[in-house]
Amino acid sequence: MTSLPTQNRVDGLLALPPTQNPLSSSQARWNHAAVLTRKLGRSPLTILGLAVVVILVLMALLAPAMTGGVSPIAQDLSGRLQPPGAAHWFGTDELGRDIFARTVYGARATLAIVALVGVIVVPVGLLVGTLAGYTGGFLDAVLMRITDIFLAFPSLVLALAFAAALGPGIVNAVIAIALTAWPPYARLARAETASIAHTDFIAAVVLMGASKWRILLRHIVPLCMSSVIIRLTLDMAGIILTAAGLGFLGLGAQPPTPEWGAMVATGRSVVLDQWWVSTIPGLAIFVVSLAFNILGDGLRDIFDPKSA
Amino acid sequence: MTMTVPLLEVRDLSVTFRTEGVVTQAVRNVSFVLGRERLGIVGESGSGKSTTGRAVLGLVPAHGSVSASRLALNGEDLRHLTQHQWSRYRGRRMALVMQDPKFSLNPIMTVEKQITEAWRLHRRTTAAEARKHAAAMLEAVSIDDPERVLRLYPHQLSGGMGQRVMIAAMLIAEPELLIADEAISALDVTVGNEVLAILDRLVAERGMGLIFISHNLTAVAGLCDRVVVMYGGRVVEECAARDLAHARHPYTRALLAAAPSLDEPRASLASVVRDPAWLT
Amino acid sequence: MTFVIGRFIPVDPVLAIVGDHATQSTYEKTRLSIGLDRPIPEQYLIYLNKLIHGDLGTSVITSQPVLTDLLHFFPATLELATVATVLGVIVGVPAGVLAGATRGRWPDQIVRVVGLFGYSMPVFWMGLVGLFVFYGKLNWTAGPGRIDVGYEDVVDPKTGILLLDSALAGEWDAFRSAAAHLVLPSIILGYLSLAYIARMTRSFTIGQLSQEYATTALLKGRSFWGMVWRHAFPNILVPLVTVIGLSYATLLEGAVLTETVFAWPGLGLYITQSLFNADMNAVLGGTIVVGAVFIGINLLSDVLYRIIDPRLRLQ
Repeated sequence: MTSLPTQNRVDGLLALPPTQNPLSSSQARWNHAAVLTRKLGRSPLTILGLAVVVILVLMALLAPAMTGGVSPIAQDLSGRLQPPGAAHWFGTDELGRDIFARTVYGARATLAIVALVGVIVVPVGLLVGTLAGYTGGFLDAVLMRITDIFLAFPSLVLALAFAAALGPGIVNAVIAIALTAWPPYARLARAETASIAHTDFIAAVVLMGASKWRILLRHIVPLCMSSVIIRLTLDMAGIILTAAGLGFLGLGAQPPTPEWGAMVATGRSVVLDQWWVSTIPGLAIFVVSLAFNILGDGLRDIFDPKSA
Repeated sequence: MTMTVPLLEVRDLSVTFRTEGVVTQAVRNVSFVLGRERLGIVGESGSGKSTTGRAVLGLVPAHGSVSASRLALNGEDLRHLTQHQWSRYRGRRMALVMQDPKFSLNPIMTVEKQITEAWRLHRRTTAAEARKHAAAMLEAVSIDDPERVLRLYPHQLSGGMGQRVMIAAMLIAEPELLIADEAISALDVTVGNEVLAILDRLVAERGMGLIFISHNLTAVAGLCDRVVVMYGGRVVEECAARDLAHARHPYTRALLAAAPSLDEPRASLASVVRDPAWLT
Repeated sequence: MTFVIGRFIPVDPVLAIVGDHATQSTYEKTRLSIGLDRPIPEQYLIYLNKLIHGDLGTSVITSQPVLTDLLHFFPATLELATVATVLGVIVGVPAGVLAGATRGRWPDQIVRVVGLFGYSMPVFWMGLVGLFVFYGKLNWTAGPGRIDVGYEDVVDPKTGILLLDSALAGEWDAFRSAAAHLVLPSIILGYLSLAYIARMTRSFTIGQLSQEYATTALLKGRSFWGMVWRHAFPNILVPLVTVIGLSYATLLEGAVLTETVFAWPGLGLYITQSLFNADMNAVLGGTIVVGAVFIGINLLSDVLYRIIDPRLRLQ
């Protein structure tokens, strides 16, 4: 007796519902993707955010071409602190280096930090969270207490402590940020796991004799992925800001490597007279983190309309 | 009797929702007239009965649009009211009791504040006087210890008590029309029957009109004068409550057959078989 | 009680880390002065014992007891964080309620964009640009620091909060100077906390407005905004207390970057500088204050929670 759809959608008034009964899982996935793409198309702001992120990636990849071969580290002491103009679009810094080239190359440091932090934080958070959530008991208590300890600290102070202990440098900055950024992911993954672990389909998999690790890796982890990824996109801006903050304090990429936070710091002493030295890299940080925020916000709206 | 104005007139009421580009017609061309009587609206979930009730009170969510060729309370047109004008009708002239007091009462407000609210909004009186009225109202809904209950918070009330408080809060400003939307469905059967009896008495005492929306045919048949049966957003049958047993429409018959009965116990109840032709 | 222990344990890892770093510079001195030659658990116990007696050790850089340093630095942070949080709450809460109640329409969009800007702004850069524009160009506000040099010792530091001290002493010129120094950093920090508070308030508002009791209020004849403020808002306040507490705690824990840019002698600056100089006692002491602040704010919001929410009051 399924010939008649539910009362609300009769007479074909429902213009082509996007989810007809799918015949296969791949078809279901296509349907799903189509719906999401359509939603994305209705959110120009999200597309804008995506575009800026794409530009950032291109900037990082094609830096030499974009700057027309101008080196980001070549000094020209006779041309120090030039204001923006035809020769130097964004002016020059206190060592006569071209700020435009440094800003473009700076995308590399930013992107590298963001990507590396993401690559470290997601697996660590997922592993700790799902393990704690699925096994429960003593292990759960220990793992979550550790997570709490990390969470209790202001992340910048903690990152500073780690960065100071490890010594300055881009790799150490990544490690320091990753060390402070994983706990929320563990929390999130644990919460998701706890709600998934007691569902009937997991019980069914257990009855089929699947091992603990198989259940964890094949069934629970994939289900936690989407919320973790959305969270990561939302966190990207925060990671960029923390990285820039570390750079600003001299704990990020070391000179002469161009890094936006450090560039802002070098302009600090001349901000009242040569505003562009600090302002332009700061603007770059702002635009990129704004783009990630908009993108993350938009993605959350699309995937999880309830929490919007 | 010549030309008395009916309490509520509804003609060609339609409600359409639009979400994500998908249009759903929840109510289609529903018409009925209500005097100072009890009208039952029955139907399964999704039949549009609740939406009808809310449309009468101007409470359709923002993504829905309402149209009607007539919607009038005591002859006063309700179709083009501003929100401000609506707030003078709601509470004072008509009210609605919802399904579950657990959700329909504000969790962090005392019973007193919630009951006196409508009274104080519509009649400017002192707090003491409002409190006196609230206590009287609680007595009217058969609560023994009104002074104590007034001081409680919703989480300290049982479901039956909560629903009585809700009724008291809705009736304190003496509306002419009360809509009860599944008002006893969330309650235990015995508690629900008590609440039903209270509603019955108050409607009679105050000479109100009542629209009793429910999927419970037995309750509707016992309480109401007339019954409207809705299916797929439209009225498929209207009859006197006592004639419900002889209803002609196949959907109504199917609903009746699906309801358990002590007089004719059956091992298994029939399930409702739907026919697309009912919708045309 | 377990909570308190849980929060206090972080002292230990930091101890280990900073101990590593100290070896680079003033290895022997630090080692001897704080007894690093002993096993870690013993150090920890010794430290705890001293802590109970109010002894946080001596700072290597300032050569003053850490406690004295902290009493000097913490009020600056307290002043800045409090003013910033007040600004954040006064603007952020109504903005969030407005956005949530007009979900999807233009006031919501405006609040959303303002919030996103706040979330995306590198605070140290905003500080520099703010100094450049409002101090350098327009001269509307004062520059870095807490007060003009000329007023530095005019006021007797009773509370350490300059606004209070100067007002109590009736030194209105000093008060004005302190206020002029405070206004820029507190607006910038206030903007950050505004962005967070407004976003959370918005989502709480949306959650409460979808509750049935909101409909009940309309049914009684409340206007929409009357319902929002009288019914939904008190319910929003309950979770909002935690959010505001969290935001306040974050600022109290030391807004490191803002304090650096504005040369604001607060907790964040103190911890950072000590960190760079491997001043272990100072870092530990500062960290303990941070932990204590965290616990304190948590307790405070627990208490407030119980006052606001009748469901918790009676347990």
